[in-house]
Amino acid sequence: MNSHKLRTTISRSIIYIVLLTLAVSMLLPFAWMLLSSLKEENEVFTYEMTWMPSKITFSGYHRALTQQPFLLYGLNSVLVSVIITTAQVVTAVLAGYAFARLEFPGRNIVFMMYLSAMMIPAQATIIPAFILIRKLGLLNSYRGLTLPFLATPFGAFLMRQFFLSMPKSLEEAAIIDGCSRAQVLLRIVLPLTKPALATLGLFSFMTAWNDFMWPMIITTTANMRTLQVGLALLSTDIYPDWPMMMAASVMATLPVILAFLSAQKQFIQSLAFTGVKF
Amino acid sequence: MVRKWKRLGHEQTKTALLALLPSFVVFSVFTIYPIFHSLYLSFFNVSLVATTKRYVGFGNYTTLLNNPTFRRAITNTLHYTMGVVPVGIFLALVIAVLLNNRLRFLGFFRSAFFTPVITSMVAVSLVWTWMLEPNYGLINSLLSKIGITGPGWLTDPKWAMTSVIILSIWKNLGYNMVIFLAGLQDIPAEVYESAQIDGATSIQSFFRITIPMIKPTLGFATIMSIMGSMKVFGQIYVMTGGGPANSTMVVVYYLYQQAFEFYRTGYASAVAWILFAVILVFTIIQMRFFRTDY
Repeated sequence: MNSHKLRTTISRSIIYIVLLTLAVSMLLPFAWMLLSSLKEENEVFTYEMTWMPSKITFSGYHRALTQQPFLLYGLNSVLVSVIITTAQVVTAVLAGYAFARLEFPGRNIVFMMYLSAMMIPAQATIIPAFILIRKLGLLNSYRGLTLPFLATPFGAFLMRQFFLSMPKSLEEAAIIDGCSRAQVLLRIVLPLTKPALATLGLFSFMTAWNDFMWPMIITTTANMRTLQVGLALLSTDIYPDWPMMMAASVMATLPVILAFLSAQKQFIQSLAFTGVKF
Repeated sequence: MVRKWKRLGHEQTKTALLALLPSFVVFSVFTIYPIFHSLYLSFFNVSLVATTKRYVGFGNYTTLLNNPTFRRAITNTLHYTMGVVPVGIFLALVIAVLLNNRLRFLGFFRSAFFTPVITSMVAVSLVWTWMLEPNYGLINSLLSKIGITGPGWLTDPKWAMTSVIILSIWKNLGYNMVIFLAGLQDIPAEVYESAQIDGATSIQSFFRITIPMIKPTLGFATIMSIMGSMKVFGQIYVMTGGGPANSTMVVVYYLYQQAFEFYRTGYASAVAWILFAVILVFTIIQMRFFRTDY
């Protein structure tokens, strides 16, 4: 082995060691969350800190589901996220297709409007949005939780970019053969759009699932809360039951982590695509 | 023939209008209209729970700028931004450069760094609150093993903001890393190879090749991180509630408190507009200098 090769091997080993150390410390909080969630309520209050639970117990999970209606929170989260995701995908496909493929007067101006709306931070509009939802009598309802998020300019933008990258010829041939626009979209375009749909769907689901400020202000009774709201309210406890809180955190993060692990590429693409809220 | 095309054009317009309608309605009602309504509200003394309102001109804005808590919120937000952005960007860049070495297990590393990005802010804030717990938490337990008595991270005004900053760097690291990794992969390998032949060390290559070539990406990520930092809220809500002694009071938390705890709608709308204006400036900078591919 010559000296150059040796040097490369050593430097690569150092890179691996540095990266591995960093990666482990990135994952450490998740390990701590999981291990704490499996401990007895009082086991965490010992001065001699231990990593492993002395005996694995699911009592933290049991308390989360019985002392707090976490199962209900979870169902609300699922329902709200599924509604929002479905609606966002449908509205984004329609708008993205219109921007990418249809000629109509004022297209650029309308598209610029969508882009500008993307720049407006949700925090700057939350007060009037709340007042509006209250005026409509939709506080503390699924409609109130979902309505503002049924469409996003980001989704329209993402789908437009994707449609623009597709060749037009298939669609044109179909139209010459007498297909309607709707048929073209459903039969020809959509099957080719699956990766983009997956990307958008995952992204929408993640943001909806993790969203917190809006469900926090819009819900007034426990039975309408989402997981994130229930979790945030736990942080105000004076005598924190850490195993129970960690169990609740595991339940609130697991769906997104599993979705992420099963479709990492789409996830990373969707977030790297543009700098939206995270 | 011309008539047929015209007819088709009309049809396309009709189809387009129909296709755009749902998203257009949603975001006009919940984004465009609210941003102007909040501007309108910011000129009134109005409460979330009362029906009367009184025109006060720029009164809310002058009160705000003279309010010590709001001023504190601004300096704290700047402090937070200065703490999160440079360190976060630098770390992410270093990790991306290390990962860009045609390594094995790239997938594993990328996922490890990215997992905090996709998990909920509320949940990870809760986990970090527990890790930073002064007596039984992970951090202080580990510190005591090497003979250091750790501070009350979230209860000591001197340490609370630092704790929030550490959590936020950890949470967002993977996001910037992915952006940098994409930018690095656009640099042709030949550039590095020829530099190596000319005898450049890897440190020299980093400063003379990587940094100049990744500048646009670096700028984009920096602006995005600054804008994200100005909107910091979730971790403050869960970890500190703006305390202790306002040491972590930031702009959006102030807005939230004024609007939804004290019901001062007009006043909070002025906060919203100040935030919006500042973010707008950064957006314009970003669009002008870093992103031209729309």
